[in-house]
Amino acid sequence: MLSKEEIQDIDHEAAKLPYKKAAVIEALKIVQQRRGWINDESVDDIARCLEMSAAEVDSVATFYNLIFRRPVGRHVILLCDSISCYVMGYKKIYEALQEKLKIRFGETTADQRFTLLPNACMGCCDRAPALIINGELYTDIETETLDDILLKYT
Amino acid sequence: MERPLTKNIHAGRQPLSLKEYTTTGGYIALQQVLKNNTPQEVQQLVQKSNLKGRGGAGFNTGMKWSFVPMGADAPQPKYLIANADEMEPGTFKDRLLLEGNPHQLIEGMIIAAYAIQANISYVFLRWAYKKAARVLEQSIHEAYEAGWLGQNILGSGFSLNMHLHTGAGRYMCGEETALLNALEGKRATPRAKPPFPQVSGLFGKPTIVNNVETLCCVPHIVNNGAEWFQSLSYSEDSGTKIYGVSGKVNNPGAWELPIGVTMRELIEEHAGGMKKGYRLKGVLPGGASTDFLTEQHLDIKMDFKSVAAAGSRLGTGTMVVMDDATCPVGFVHNLQHFFAQESCGWCTPCREGLPWVEKILLSIEKGEGKQEDIDLLQMHTQLLGPGNTFCALAPGAMEPLQSAIKYFRDDFDRHIREQKCPY
Ligand SMILES: Cc1cc2nc3c(=O)[nH]c(=O)nc-3n(C[C@H](O)[C@H](O)[C@H](O)COP(=O)(O)O)c2cc1C
Ligand code: SF4
Ligand code: FES
Repeated sequence: MLSKEEIQDIDHEAAKLPYKKAAVIEALKIVQQRRGWINDESVDDIARCLEMSAAEVDSVATFYNLIFRRPVGRHVILLCDSISCYVMGYKKIYEALQEKLKIRFGETTADQRFTLLPNACMGCCDRAPALIINGELYTDIETETLDDILLKYT
Repeated sequence: MERPLTKNIHAGRQPLSLKEYTTTGGYIALQQVLKNNTPQEVQQLVQKSNLKGRGGAGFNTGMKWSFVPMGADAPQPKYLIANADEMEPGTFKDRLLLEGNPHQLIEGMIIAAYAIQANISYVFLRWAYKKAARVLEQSIHEAYEAGWLGQNILGSGFSLNMHLHTGAGRYMCGEETALLNALEGKRATPRAKPPFPQVSGLFGKPTIVNNVETLCCVPHIVNNGAEWFQSLSYSEDSGTKIYGVSGKVNNPGAWELPIGVTMRELIEEHAGGMKKGYRLKGVLPGGASTDFLTEQHLDIKMDFKSVAAAGSRLGTGTMVVMDDATCPVGFVHNLQHFFAQESCGWCTPCREGLPWVEKILLSIEKGEGKQEDIDLLQMHTQLLGPGNTFCALAPGAMEPLQSAIKYFRDDFDRHIREQKCPY
Protein backbone atom coordinates (compact mmCIF):
# COMPACT_ATOMS: atom_id res chain seq x y z
CA MET A 1 0.00 0.00 0.00
CA LEU A 2 1.14 3.53 -0.71
CA SER A 3 1.66 5.69 2.34
CA LYS A 4 -0.32 8.85 2.93
CA GLU A 5 2.74 10.99 2.12
CA GLU A 6 3.37 9.10 -1.09
CA ILE A 7 -0.21 9.60 -2.23
CA GLN A 8 -0.03 13.26 -1.30
CA ASP A 9 3.18 13.79 -3.27
CA ILE A 10 1.78 11.96 -6.28
CA ASP A 11 -1.44 13.98 -6.18
CA HIS A 12 0.61 17.14 -5.96
CA GLU A 13 2.48 16.21 -9.18
CA ALA A 14 -0.67 15.06 -10.94
CA ALA A 15 -2.40 18.37 -10.20
CA LYS A 16 0.16 20.18 -12.38
CA LEU A 17 -0.73 18.11 -15.42
CA PRO A 18 -3.73 17.99 -17.75
CA TYR A 19 -4.42 14.34 -16.88
CA LYS A 20 -3.40 12.06 -14.06
CA LYS A 21 -1.57 9.43 -16.07
CA ALA A 22 1.04 11.96 -17.11
CA ALA A 23 2.40 11.89 -13.57
CA VAL A 24 3.41 8.23 -13.72
CA ILE A 25 7.17 8.84 -14.00
CA GLU A 26 7.00 11.24 -11.08
CA ALA A 27 4.98 8.70 -9.12
CA LEU A 28 7.55 5.98 -9.75
CA LYS A 29 10.32 8.30 -8.62
CA ILE A 30 8.41 9.29 -5.49
CA VAL A 31 7.86 5.67 -4.46
CA GLN A 32 11.41 4.63 -5.34
CA GLN A 33 12.82 7.52 -3.35
CA ARG A 34 11.23 6.09 -0.23
CA ARG A 35 11.51 2.36 -0.85
CA GLY A 36 14.68 2.03 -2.89
CA TRP A 37 13.01 0.14 -5.73
CA ILE A 38 9.65 -0.56 -7.36
CA ASN A 39 8.14 -3.95 -6.59
CA ASP A 40 5.06 -5.49 -8.24
CA GLU A 41 2.82 -4.27 -5.48
CA SER A 42 3.98 -0.69 -5.97
CA VAL A 43 3.24 -1.00 -9.68
CA ASP A 44 -0.32 -2.05 -8.85
CA ASP A 45 -0.69 0.70 -6.26
CA ILE A 46 0.53 3.43 -8.60
CA ALA A 47 -1.75 2.11 -11.34
CA ARG A 48 -4.75 2.37 -9.04
CA CYS A 49 -3.75 5.80 -7.83
CA LEU A 50 -3.39 7.20 -11.37
CA GLU A 51 -6.29 5.27 -12.89
CA MET A 52 -4.28 3.29 -15.38
CA SER A 53 -3.51 -0.38 -15.90
CA ALA A 54 -0.60 -2.05 -14.13
CA ALA A 55 0.80 -3.10 -17.51
CA GLU A 56 0.91 0.53 -18.59
CA VAL A 57 2.75 1.52 -15.43
CA ASP A 58 5.19 -1.34 -15.88
CA SER A 59 5.84 -0.45 -19.51
CA VAL A 60 6.99 2.96 -18.33
CA ALA A 61 8.85 1.65 -15.29
CA THR A 62 10.88 -0.78 -17.38
CA PHE A 63 11.72 1.80 -20.04
CA TYR A 64 13.68 4.15 -17.80
CA ASN A 65 16.99 2.80 -16.58
CA LEU A 66 16.91 4.74 -13.32
CA ILE A 67 13.66 3.19 -12.18
CA PHE A 68 14.70 -0.03 -10.47
CA ARG A 69 12.37 -3.00 -10.83
CA ARG A 70 14.65 -5.20 -8.74
CA PRO A 71 15.90 -4.68 -5.20
CA VAL A 72 19.06 -2.62 -4.87
CA GLY A 73 21.54 -2.20 -2.05
CA ARG A 74 21.61 0.74 0.36
CA HIS A 75 23.87 2.64 -2.01
CA VAL A 76 23.77 2.55 -5.81
CA ILE A 77 27.02 3.11 -7.68
CA LEU A 78 26.59 4.22 -11.28
CA LEU A 79 29.85 3.96 -13.21
CA CYS A 80 30.06 5.83 -16.51
CA ASP A 81 30.90 3.42 -19.33
CA SER A 82 30.58 5.89 -22.22
CA ILE A 83 33.22 6.96 -24.67
CA SER A 84 35.35 9.57 -22.91
CA CYS A 85 35.44 7.46 -19.77
CA TYR A 86 36.34 4.48 -21.97
CA VAL A 87 39.30 6.39 -23.39
CA MET A 88 40.34 7.52 -19.91
CA GLY A 89 40.19 4.01 -18.50
CA TYR A 90 36.87 3.33 -16.77
CA LYS A 91 37.58 -0.38 -17.20
CA LYS A 92 40.39 -0.17 -14.66
CA ILE A 93 38.00 1.42 -12.20
CA TYR A 94 35.48 -1.31 -12.92
CA GLU A 95 38.08 -3.99 -12.28
CA ALA A 96 39.07 -2.35 -9.00
CA LEU A 97 35.43 -2.14 -7.92
CA GLN A 98 34.87 -5.78 -8.81
CA GLU A 99 37.84 -6.74 -6.72
CA LYS A 100 36.88 -4.61 -3.73
CA LEU A 101 33.16 -5.36 -3.68
CA LYS A 102 33.13 -8.82 -5.28
CA ILE A 103 30.26 -7.85 -7.56
CA ARG A 104 29.87 -7.21 -11.27
CA PHE A 105 27.53 -4.83 -13.08
CA GLY A 106 23.94 -5.54 -12.12
CA GLU A 107 24.82 -7.17 -8.82
CA THR A 108 24.44 -6.27 -5.16
CA THR A 109 26.91 -7.07 -2.39
CA ALA A 110 25.91 -9.85 0.01
CA ASP A 111 25.62 -7.33 2.87
CA GLN A 112 23.24 -5.18 0.76
CA ARG A 113 25.64 -2.28 1.00
CA PHE A 114 26.24 -1.55 -2.70
CA THR A 115 24.62 -2.18 -6.06
CA LEU A 116 26.88 -1.55 -9.06
CA LEU A 117 25.42 -0.44 -12.39
CA PRO A 118 26.83 0.93 -15.63
CA ASN A 119 25.47 4.30 -16.73
CA ALA A 120 25.75 6.37 -19.90
CA CYS A 121 27.77 9.60 -20.10
CA MET A 122 27.38 11.82 -17.06
CA GLY A 123 28.22 15.07 -18.79
CA CYS A 124 31.62 15.59 -17.20
CA CYS A 125 33.71 13.96 -19.89
CA ASP A 126 36.51 16.50 -19.35
CA ARG A 127 36.95 15.00 -15.88
CA ALA A 128 36.70 11.33 -16.80
CA PRO A 129 36.42 8.70 -15.48
CA ALA A 130 33.31 9.52 -13.48
CA LEU A 131 30.87 7.77 -11.19
CA ILE A 132 27.80 8.66 -9.18
CA ILE A 133 26.88 7.23 -5.78
CA ASN A 134 23.36 8.00 -4.49
CA GLY A 135 23.22 11.02 -6.80
CA GLU A 136 26.60 12.39 -5.70
CA LEU A 137 29.05 12.89 -8.57
CA TYR A 138 32.73 11.94 -8.35
CA THR A 139 35.14 12.80 -11.17
CA ASP A 140 38.76 12.16 -12.18
CA ILE A 141 38.49 8.83 -10.38
CA GLU A 142 41.66 6.87 -9.81
CA THR A 143 41.86 3.36 -8.43
CA GLU A 144 43.82 4.77 -5.48
CA THR A 145 41.05 7.16 -4.47
CA LEU A 146 38.24 4.61 -4.65
CA ASP A 147 38.59 3.41 -1.06
CA ASP A 148 38.19 6.90 0.36
CA ILE A 149 35.02 7.39 -1.65
CA LEU A 150 33.49 4.03 -0.73
CA LEU A 151 34.23 4.58 2.96
CA LYS A 152 31.68 7.38 3.05
CA TYR A 153 28.89 4.90 2.41
CA THR A 154 28.19 2.39 5.13
CA MET B 1 36.91 38.44 -28.14
CA GLU B 2 33.45 38.51 -26.61
CA ARG B 3 32.06 35.65 -24.54
CA PRO B 4 28.47 36.70 -23.91
CA LEU B 5 27.25 33.34 -22.58
CA THR B 6 30.03 32.64 -20.11
CA LYS B 7 31.67 35.96 -19.26
CA ASN B 8 30.11 35.89 -15.80
CA ILE B 9 30.66 32.20 -15.18
CA HIS B 10 33.80 31.42 -13.23
CA ALA B 11 34.99 27.95 -12.40
CA GLY B 12 34.56 27.06 -8.75
CA ARG B 13 32.22 29.99 -8.03
CA GLN B 14 28.60 29.73 -6.98
CA PRO B 15 26.00 30.20 -9.73
CA LEU B 16 24.95 33.79 -10.38
CA SER B 17 22.14 34.78 -8.05
CA LEU B 18 19.25 36.85 -9.33
CA LYS B 19 20.86 39.96 -7.91
CA GLU B 20 24.21 39.30 -9.55
CA TYR B 21 22.49 38.49 -12.80
CA THR B 22 20.51 41.73 -12.83
CA THR B 23 23.52 43.85 -11.89
CA THR B 24 25.38 42.39 -14.87
CA GLY B 25 22.65 43.38 -17.31
CA GLY B 26 20.23 40.52 -16.76
CA TYR B 27 16.49 40.81 -17.51
CA ILE B 28 17.01 44.07 -19.45
CA ALA B 29 16.35 42.25 -22.71
CA LEU B 30 13.10 40.86 -21.33
CA GLN B 31 11.89 44.29 -20.21
CA GLN B 32 12.80 45.75 -23.57
CA VAL B 33 10.93 43.04 -25.46
CA LEU B 34 7.80 43.19 -23.33
CA LYS B 35 7.66 46.97 -23.64
CA ASN B 36 8.67 47.58 -27.23
CA ASN B 37 8.37 44.49 -29.39
CA THR B 38 5.62 42.35 -30.82
CA PRO B 39 6.17 38.59 -30.73
CA GLN B 40 6.66 38.62 -34.50
CA GLU B 41 9.42 41.23 -34.18
CA VAL B 42 11.27 38.98 -31.75
CA GLN B 43 10.93 36.02 -34.12
CA GLN B 44 12.24 38.12 -36.98
CA LEU B 45 15.16 39.45 -34.97
CA VAL B 46 16.25 35.95 -34.00
CA GLN B 47 15.78 34.69 -37.53
CA LYS B 48 17.89 37.55 -38.86
CA SER B 49 20.63 36.88 -36.32
CA ASN B 50 20.98 33.47 -37.96
CA LEU B 51 21.09 31.70 -34.62
CA LYS B 52 21.21 27.98 -35.37
CA GLY B 53 20.13 25.31 -32.89
CA ARG B 54 22.94 24.15 -30.63
CA GLY B 55 21.32 20.78 -29.84
CA GLY B 56 22.93 19.03 -32.79
CA ALA B 57 20.85 19.57 -35.89
CA GLY B 58 21.64 23.25 -36.45
CA PHE B 59 18.25 24.48 -37.66
CA ASN B 60 17.61 28.25 -37.79
CA THR B 61 15.90 29.03 -34.48
CA GLY B 62 13.81 32.03 -35.58
CA MET B 63 12.58 30.03 -38.54
CA LYS B 64 11.57 27.14 -36.28
CA TRP B 65 9.59 29.55 -34.09
CA SER B 66 7.83 30.97 -37.15
CA PHE B 67 6.05 27.64 -37.75
CA VAL B 68 4.04 28.03 -34.54
CA PRO B 69 0.42 29.08 -35.15
CA MET B 70 -0.11 32.62 -33.87
CA GLY B 71 -3.08 34.86 -33.22
CA ALA B 72 -6.43 34.48 -31.55
CA ASP B 73 -7.32 31.24 -33.35
CA ALA B 74 -4.12 29.43 -32.38
CA PRO B 75 -4.62 26.36 -30.17
CA GLN B 76 -3.99 27.00 -26.47
CA PRO B 77 -2.01 26.54 -24.35
CA LYS B 78 1.25 26.61 -26.26
CA TYR B 79 4.44 25.28 -24.73
CA LEU B 80 8.11 26.19 -24.72
CA ILE B 81 10.61 23.56 -23.59
CA ALA B 82 14.30 23.86 -22.82
CA ASN B 83 16.04 20.62 -23.73
CA ALA B 84 18.52 20.06 -20.90
CA ASP B 85 18.74 16.31 -21.33
CA GLU B 86 22.39 16.47 -22.48
CA MET B 87 23.17 12.78 -22.82
CA GLU B 88 25.16 12.62 -26.05
CA PRO B 89 28.34 10.82 -24.93
CA GLY B 90 31.25 13.23 -24.94
CA THR B 91 29.02 16.28 -24.39
CA PHE B 92 29.29 18.50 -21.34
CA LYS B 93 28.44 22.04 -22.42
CA ASP B 94 24.89 22.66 -21.20
CA ARG B 95 25.90 21.65 -17.69
CA LEU B 96 28.24 24.65 -17.61
CA LEU B 97 25.42 27.04 -18.53
CA LEU B 98 22.89 25.43 -16.20
CA GLU B 99 25.13 25.37 -13.16
CA GLY B 100 26.88 28.67 -13.83
CA ASN B 101 24.18 31.12 -14.89
CA PRO B 102 20.65 29.70 -14.58
CA HIS B 103 18.88 33.06 -14.95
CA GLN B 104 20.37 33.50 -18.40
CA LEU B 105 18.49 30.38 -19.47
CA ILE B 106 15.33 31.46 -17.69
CA GLU B 107 15.40 34.89 -19.35
CA GLY B 108 16.03 33.28 -22.74
CA MET B 109 13.08 30.97 -22.16
CA ILE B 110 10.74 33.79 -21.19
CA ILE B 111 11.66 35.78 -24.31
CA ALA B 112 11.31 32.69 -26.51
CA ALA B 113 7.93 31.90 -24.91
CA TYR B 114 6.83 35.48 -25.56
CA ALA B 115 7.91 35.20 -29.20
CA ILE B 116 5.64 32.21 -29.76
CA GLN B 117 3.08 33.31 -27.15
CA ALA B 118 3.47 30.20 -25.03
CA ASN B 119 2.12 30.36 -21.49
CA ILE B 120 3.64 27.20 -20.08
CA SER B 121 7.30 26.26 -20.12
CA TYR B 122 9.36 23.32 -18.93
CA VAL B 123 13.01 22.68 -18.37
CA PHE B 124 13.54 19.02 -19.20
CA LEU B 125 16.60 18.16 -17.15
CA ARG B 126 18.42 14.85 -17.10
CA TRP B 127 18.31 12.97 -13.85
CA ALA B 128 22.08 12.94 -13.31
CA TYR B 129 22.36 16.75 -13.10
CA LYS B 130 21.55 17.03 -9.40
CA LYS B 131 23.39 20.29 -8.85
CA ALA B 132 21.73 21.90 -11.87
CA ALA B 133 18.36 20.76 -10.52
CA ARG B 134 18.96 22.48 -7.18
CA VAL B 135 20.23 25.64 -8.86
CA LEU B 136 17.31 25.79 -11.30
CA GLU B 137 14.68 25.11 -8.68
CA GLN B 138 16.02 28.01 -6.63
CA SER B 139 16.36 30.35 -9.63
CA ILE B 140 12.87 29.67 -10.98
CA HIS B 141 11.56 30.46 -7.50
CA GLU B 142 13.55 33.73 -7.47
CA ALA B 143 12.22 34.67 -10.89
CA TYR B 144 8.62 34.18 -9.70
CA GLU B 145 9.30 36.28 -6.60
CA ALA B 146 10.75 39.07 -8.71
CA GLY B 147 7.78 39.03 -11.06
CA TRP B 148 9.67 37.77 -14.13
CA LEU B 149 7.43 34.72 -14.15
CA GLY B 150 3.76 34.30 -13.35
CA GLN B 151 0.68 36.26 -14.31
CA ASN B 152 0.80 39.49 -16.29
CA ILE B 153 4.57 39.90 -16.28
CA LEU B 154 5.53 43.57 -15.74
CA GLY B 155 1.99 44.56 -16.58
CA SER B 156 2.48 43.46 -20.17
CA GLY B 157 -0.51 41.14 -20.22
CA PHE B 158 1.84 38.23 -21.00
CA SER B 159 1.83 35.34 -18.50
CA LEU B 160 4.20 32.43 -18.20
CA ASN B 161 4.57 29.52 -15.81
CA MET B 162 7.78 27.52 -15.64
CA HIS B 163 8.30 24.00 -14.31
CA LEU B 164 11.37 21.87 -13.83
CA HIS B 165 11.00 18.25 -14.93
CA THR B 166 13.76 15.79 -14.17
CA GLY B 167 13.94 12.59 -16.20
CA ALA B 168 14.50 9.00 -15.18
CA GLY B 169 17.34 8.18 -17.57
CA ARG B 170 17.58 7.14 -21.26
CA TYR B 171 19.35 9.01 -24.04
CA MET B 172 16.19 8.91 -26.16
CA CYS B 173 14.54 11.53 -23.95
CA GLY B 174 16.71 14.16 -25.65
CA GLU B 175 15.13 13.57 -29.06
CA GLU B 176 12.51 16.25 -29.17
CA THR B 177 9.41 14.18 -29.86
CA ALA B 178 10.52 11.44 -27.45
CA LEU B 179 11.01 14.20 -24.89
CA LEU B 180 7.38 15.19 -25.37
CA ASN B 181 6.28 11.61 -24.71
CA ALA B 182 8.46 11.49 -21.61
CA LEU B 183 6.89 14.71 -20.34
CA GLU B 184 3.48 13.17 -20.91
CA GLY B 185 4.52 10.26 -18.70
CA LYS B 186 4.95 7.75 -21.51
CA ARG B 187 7.78 5.62 -22.80
CA ALA B 188 10.22 7.94 -24.53
CA THR B 189 9.78 6.71 -28.07
CA PRO B 190 9.84 9.37 -30.79
CA ARG B 191 6.72 10.36 -32.69
CA ALA B 192 6.16 10.02 -36.41
CA LYS B 193 6.39 13.39 -38.15
CA PRO B 194 4.34 15.17 -39.44
CA PRO B 195 2.66 16.64 -37.50
CA PHE B 196 5.66 18.59 -36.26
CA PRO B 197 5.76 19.67 -32.61
CA GLN B 198 5.53 23.32 -33.63
CA VAL B 199 1.95 22.54 -34.66
CA SER B 200 1.05 19.57 -32.47
CA GLY B 201 3.48 18.85 -29.66
CA LEU B 202 3.06 18.45 -25.92
CA PHE B 203 -0.48 17.25 -25.11
CA GLY B 204 -1.25 17.90 -28.77
CA LYS B 205 -0.58 21.64 -28.55
CA PRO B 206 1.94 23.81 -30.42
CA THR B 207 5.35 23.33 -28.82
CA ILE B 208 8.90 24.55 -29.34
CA VAL B 209 11.80 22.53 -28.03
CA ASN B 210 15.16 24.29 -27.99
CA ASN B 211 18.53 23.36 -26.62
CA VAL B 212 19.79 25.14 -23.48
CA GLU B 213 22.68 26.85 -25.28
CA THR B 214 20.36 28.05 -28.06
CA LEU B 215 18.01 29.70 -25.56
CA CYS B 216 20.90 31.28 -23.64
CA CYS B 217 21.88 33.21 -26.78
CA VAL B 218 18.49 34.90 -27.06
CA PRO B 219 18.78 37.68 -24.42
CA HIS B 220 22.13 38.74 -25.88
CA ILE B 221 20.69 38.95 -29.38
CA VAL B 222 17.90 41.17 -28.08
CA ASN B 223 20.34 43.41 -26.20
CA ASN B 224 22.94 43.79 -28.90
CA GLY B 225 21.18 43.13 -32.20
CA ALA B 226 21.36 40.64 -35.03
CA GLU B 227 24.41 42.23 -36.71
CA TRP B 228 26.38 42.12 -33.49
CA PHE B 229 25.56 38.43 -33.08
CA GLN B 230 26.69 37.73 -36.64
CA SER B 231 29.92 39.65 -36.07
CA LEU B 232 30.90 37.44 -33.14
CA SER B 233 31.86 34.51 -35.31
CA TYR B 234 34.76 33.72 -37.65
CA SER B 235 32.43 32.24 -40.23
CA GLU B 236 29.01 32.57 -41.81
CA ASP B 237 27.32 30.90 -38.83
CA SER B 238 26.58 33.50 -36.20
CA GLY B 239 27.59 33.78 -32.60
CA THR B 240 29.84 31.97 -30.22
CA LYS B 241 29.78 28.28 -29.35
CA ILE B 242 30.66 26.34 -26.27
CA TYR B 243 33.28 23.98 -27.58
CA GLY B 244 34.74 21.16 -25.56
CA VAL B 245 37.53 18.62 -25.77
CA SER B 246 37.84 15.37 -23.85
CA GLY B 247 40.23 12.44 -24.13
CA LYS B 248 43.99 12.23 -23.51
CA VAL B 249 44.76 15.93 -23.86
CA ASN B 250 46.60 18.03 -21.30
CA ASN B 251 43.76 20.35 -20.42
CA PRO B 252 40.36 18.87 -21.21
CA GLY B 253 37.49 21.32 -20.79
CA ALA B 254 34.88 23.55 -22.39
CA TRP B 255 35.33 27.10 -23.68
CA GLU B 256 33.10 29.67 -25.32
CA LEU B 257 34.74 30.77 -28.57
CA PRO B 258 33.72 32.40 -31.84
CA ILE B 259 32.05 29.90 -34.15
CA GLY B 260 34.60 28.88 -36.73
CA VAL B 261 37.75 28.45 -34.64
CA THR B 262 39.81 25.62 -36.06
CA MET B 263 40.00 22.18 -34.60
CA ARG B 264 43.74 22.71 -34.26
CA GLU B 265 43.30 25.80 -32.10
CA LEU B 266 40.86 23.93 -29.89
CA ILE B 267 43.02 20.88 -29.39
CA GLU B 268 46.47 22.45 -29.36
CA GLU B 269 45.83 25.76 -27.62
CA HIS B 270 42.76 25.46 -25.45
CA ALA B 271 43.09 21.78 -24.63
CA GLY B 272 46.87 22.09 -24.36
CA GLY B 273 47.70 19.44 -26.95
CA MET B 274 48.00 15.69 -26.55
CA LYS B 275 49.32 14.23 -23.31
CA LYS B 276 52.96 13.24 -23.42
CA GLY B 277 53.50 9.98 -25.23
CA TYR B 278 50.21 10.05 -27.13
CA ARG B 279 49.42 11.04 -30.69
CA LEU B 280 46.10 12.11 -32.07
CA LYS B 281 44.59 9.40 -34.19
CA GLY B 282 41.00 10.50 -34.68
CA VAL B 283 38.41 13.00 -33.47
CA LEU B 284 34.65 12.84 -33.11
CA PRO B 285 34.06 16.56 -33.63
CA GLY B 286 30.59 16.87 -32.09
CA GLY B 287 29.78 13.96 -29.82
CA ALA B 288 29.28 10.23 -30.20
CA SER B 289 27.03 10.38 -33.26
CA THR B 290 29.36 12.30 -35.56
CA ASP B 291 31.77 10.93 -38.18
CA PHE B 292 35.46 10.65 -37.32
CA LEU B 293 37.85 13.26 -38.62
CA THR B 294 41.63 12.82 -38.50
CA GLU B 295 44.88 14.77 -38.33
CA GLN B 296 44.50 15.94 -41.93
CA HIS B 297 41.36 17.86 -40.89
CA LEU B 298 42.90 19.80 -38.02
CA ASP B 299 42.77 23.09 -39.89
CA ILE B 300 39.07 23.03 -40.73
CA LYS B 301 36.82 25.58 -39.11
CA MET B 302 34.43 24.25 -36.51
CA ASP B 303 31.25 25.60 -38.06
CA PHE B 304 28.24 23.79 -39.49
CA LYS B 305 29.27 24.02 -43.14
CA SER B 306 33.01 23.37 -42.85
CA VAL B 307 32.65 20.31 -40.66
CA ALA B 308 29.97 18.98 -43.03
CA ALA B 309 32.25 19.62 -46.02
CA ALA B 310 34.95 17.55 -44.29
CA GLY B 311 32.45 14.67 -44.03
CA SER B 312 31.21 15.00 -40.48
CA ARG B 313 28.92 17.20 -38.38
CA LEU B 314 29.44 19.99 -35.89
CA GLY B 315 26.88 18.20 -33.70
CA THR B 316 27.15 19.46 -30.15
CA GLY B 317 30.61 20.99 -30.71
CA THR B 318 32.12 18.96 -27.91
CA MET B 319 34.75 16.67 -29.35
CA VAL B 320 36.18 13.39 -28.22
CA VAL B 321 39.83 12.80 -29.10
CA MET B 322 41.00 9.26 -29.83
CA ASP B 323 44.70 8.73 -29.21
CA ASP B 324 47.05 6.21 -30.83
CA ALA B 325 47.09 3.91 -27.80
CA THR B 326 43.32 3.41 -27.91
CA CYS B 327 42.04 0.61 -30.13
CA PRO B 328 39.71 2.05 -32.78
CA VAL B 329 37.71 -1.19 -32.89
CA GLY B 330 37.23 -1.09 -29.12
CA PHE B 331 36.36 2.60 -29.32
CA VAL B 332 33.67 2.02 -31.93
CA HIS B 333 32.42 -1.03 -30.06
CA ASN B 334 31.93 1.14 -26.99
CA LEU B 335 29.89 3.61 -29.05
CA GLN B 336 27.73 0.90 -30.63
CA HIS B 337 27.15 -0.70 -27.25
CA PHE B 338 25.75 2.63 -26.11
CA PHE B 339 23.51 3.08 -29.14
CA ALA B 340 22.24 -0.51 -29.03
CA GLN B 341 21.41 -0.12 -25.37
CA GLU B 342 19.65 3.20 -25.87
CA SER B 343 17.61 2.22 -28.95
CA CYS B 344 13.95 2.61 -28.09
CA GLY B 345 13.08 -0.41 -30.19
CA TRP B 346 10.44 1.17 -32.39
CA CYS B 347 12.04 0.54 -35.80
CA THR B 348 13.29 -2.88 -36.80
CA PRO B 349 16.57 -1.82 -38.46
CA CYS B 350 17.65 0.01 -35.32
CA ARG B 351 16.34 -2.50 -32.77
CA GLU B 352 17.79 -5.55 -34.53
CA GLY B 353 20.68 -3.97 -36.39
CA LEU B 354 22.50 -2.20 -33.58
CA PRO B 355 22.91 -5.27 -31.33
CA TRP B 356 24.16 -7.18 -34.36
CA VAL B 357 26.71 -4.47 -35.14
CA GLU B 358 27.76 -4.45 -31.50
CA LYS B 359 28.26 -8.23 -31.54
CA ILE B 360 30.30 -8.19 -34.72
CA LEU B 361 32.55 -5.46 -33.37
CA LEU B 362 33.05 -7.36 -30.12
CA SER B 363 34.07 -10.49 -31.97
CA ILE B 364 36.54 -8.54 -34.12
CA GLU B 365 37.95 -6.88 -31.03
CA LYS B 366 38.40 -10.26 -29.33
CA GLY B 367 40.25 -11.63 -32.34
CA GLU B 368 37.40 -13.81 -33.58
CA GLY B 369 36.46 -11.70 -36.60
CA LYS B 370 36.18 -12.85 -40.21
CA GLN B 371 36.88 -10.83 -43.32
CA GLU B 372 33.16 -10.91 -44.27
CA ASP B 373 32.38 -9.11 -41.04
CA ILE B 374 33.60 -5.85 -42.56
CA ASP B 375 31.08 -6.24 -45.38
CA LEU B 376 28.35 -6.93 -42.85
CA LEU B 377 29.24 -3.78 -40.95
CA GLN B 378 29.25 -1.77 -44.14
CA MET B 379 25.88 -3.18 -45.09
CA HIS B 380 24.50 -1.96 -41.78
CA THR B 381 25.81 1.56 -42.33
CA GLN B 382 23.54 1.61 -45.39
CA LEU B 383 20.53 -0.15 -43.86
CA LEU B 384 20.51 1.97 -40.70
CA GLY B 385 21.35 5.15 -42.58
CA PRO B 386 19.19 8.27 -42.98
CA GLY B 387 15.63 7.68 -44.13
CA ASN B 388 15.19 4.14 -42.83
CA THR B 389 14.25 4.91 -39.25
CA PHE B 390 11.87 7.15 -37.31
CA CYS B 391 14.57 9.12 -35.55
CA ALA B 392 18.19 10.10 -35.94
CA LEU B 393 19.58 7.67 -33.33
CA ALA B 394 20.38 4.87 -35.76
CA PRO B 395 21.78 7.05 -38.57
CA GLY B 396 23.79 8.89 -35.91
CA ALA B 397 25.18 5.60 -34.65
CA MET B 398 26.34 4.70 -38.15
CA GLU B 399 28.37 7.89 -38.59
CA PRO B 400 31.35 6.95 -36.38
CA LEU B 401 31.17 3.36 -37.66
CA GLN B 402 31.32 4.15 -41.37
CA SER B 403 34.11 6.68 -40.88
CA ALA B 404 36.08 4.33 -38.62
CA ILE B 405 36.04 1.72 -41.35
CA LYS B 406 37.14 4.36 -43.82
CA TYR B 407 40.02 5.84 -41.80
CA PHE B 408 41.09 2.93 -39.62
CA ARG B 409 40.52 0.03 -41.99
CA ASP B 410 44.05 -1.24 -41.32
CA ASP B 411 43.20 -1.67 -37.69
CA PHE B 412 40.10 -3.69 -38.46
CA ASP B 413 42.03 -5.86 -40.93
CA ARG B 414 44.88 -6.45 -38.50
CA HIS B 415 42.49 -7.67 -35.81
CA ILE B 416 41.06 -10.16 -38.28
CA ARG B 417 44.39 -11.21 -39.77
CA GLU B 418 46.20 -11.66 -36.47
CA GLN B 419 43.11 -12.96 -34.65
CA LYS B 420 43.87 -10.72 -31.69
CA CYS B 421 43.70 -7.11 -30.59
CA PRO B 422 47.04 -5.51 -31.46
CA TYR B 423 46.56 -2.79 -28.82
C1 LIG C 1 18.68 10.38 -29.98
C2 LIG C 1 18.70 11.86 -29.89
C3 LIG C 1 19.07 12.50 -28.71
C4 LIG C 1 19.08 13.88 -28.60
N1 LIG C 1 19.46 14.44 -27.42
C5 LIG C 1 19.46 15.80 -27.30
C6 LIG C 1 19.82 16.43 -26.06
O1 LIG C 1 20.14 15.76 -25.09
N2 LIG C 1 19.79 17.78 -25.98
C7 LIG C 1 19.41 18.55 -27.06
O2 LIG C 1 19.38 19.78 -26.93
N3 LIG C 1 19.07 18.00 -28.22
C8 LIG C 1 19.08 16.65 -28.38
N4 LIG C 1 18.70 16.08 -29.58
C9 LIG C 1 18.24 16.97 -30.65
C10 LIG C 1 16.77 17.31 -30.44
O3 LIG C 1 15.98 16.34 -31.08
C11 LIG C 1 16.38 18.66 -31.03
O4 LIG C 1 16.83 18.71 -32.34
C12 LIG C 1 16.95 19.84 -30.29
O5 LIG C 1 16.62 19.80 -28.94
C13 LIG C 1 16.40 21.09 -30.89
O6 LIG C 1 16.96 22.23 -30.28
P1 LIG C 1 17.78 23.30 -31.10
O7 LIG C 1 17.01 23.61 -32.35
O8 LIG C 1 17.86 24.45 -30.18
O9 LIG C 1 19.11 22.69 -31.40
C14 LIG C 1 18.71 14.68 -29.71
C15 LIG C 1 18.36 14.05 -30.90
C16 LIG C 1 18.36 12.67 -31.01
C17 LIG C 1 17.99 12.04 -32.31
S1 SF4 D 1 15.89 4.86 -34.85
FE1 SF4 D 1 16.08 3.58 -33.04
S2 SF4 D 1 15.84 4.99 -31.35
FE2 SF4 D 1 15.03 6.06 -33.17
S3 SF4 D 1 12.84 5.55 -33.21
FE3 SF4 D 1 13.85 3.96 -34.39
S4 SF4 D 1 14.22 2.31 -32.89
FE4 SF4 D 1 13.80 4.16 -31.72
S1 FES E 1 31.72 9.80 -21.16
FE1 FES E 1 31.82 9.53 -19.00
S2 FES E 1 31.10 11.45 -18.33
FE2 FES E 1 30.89 11.66 -20.49
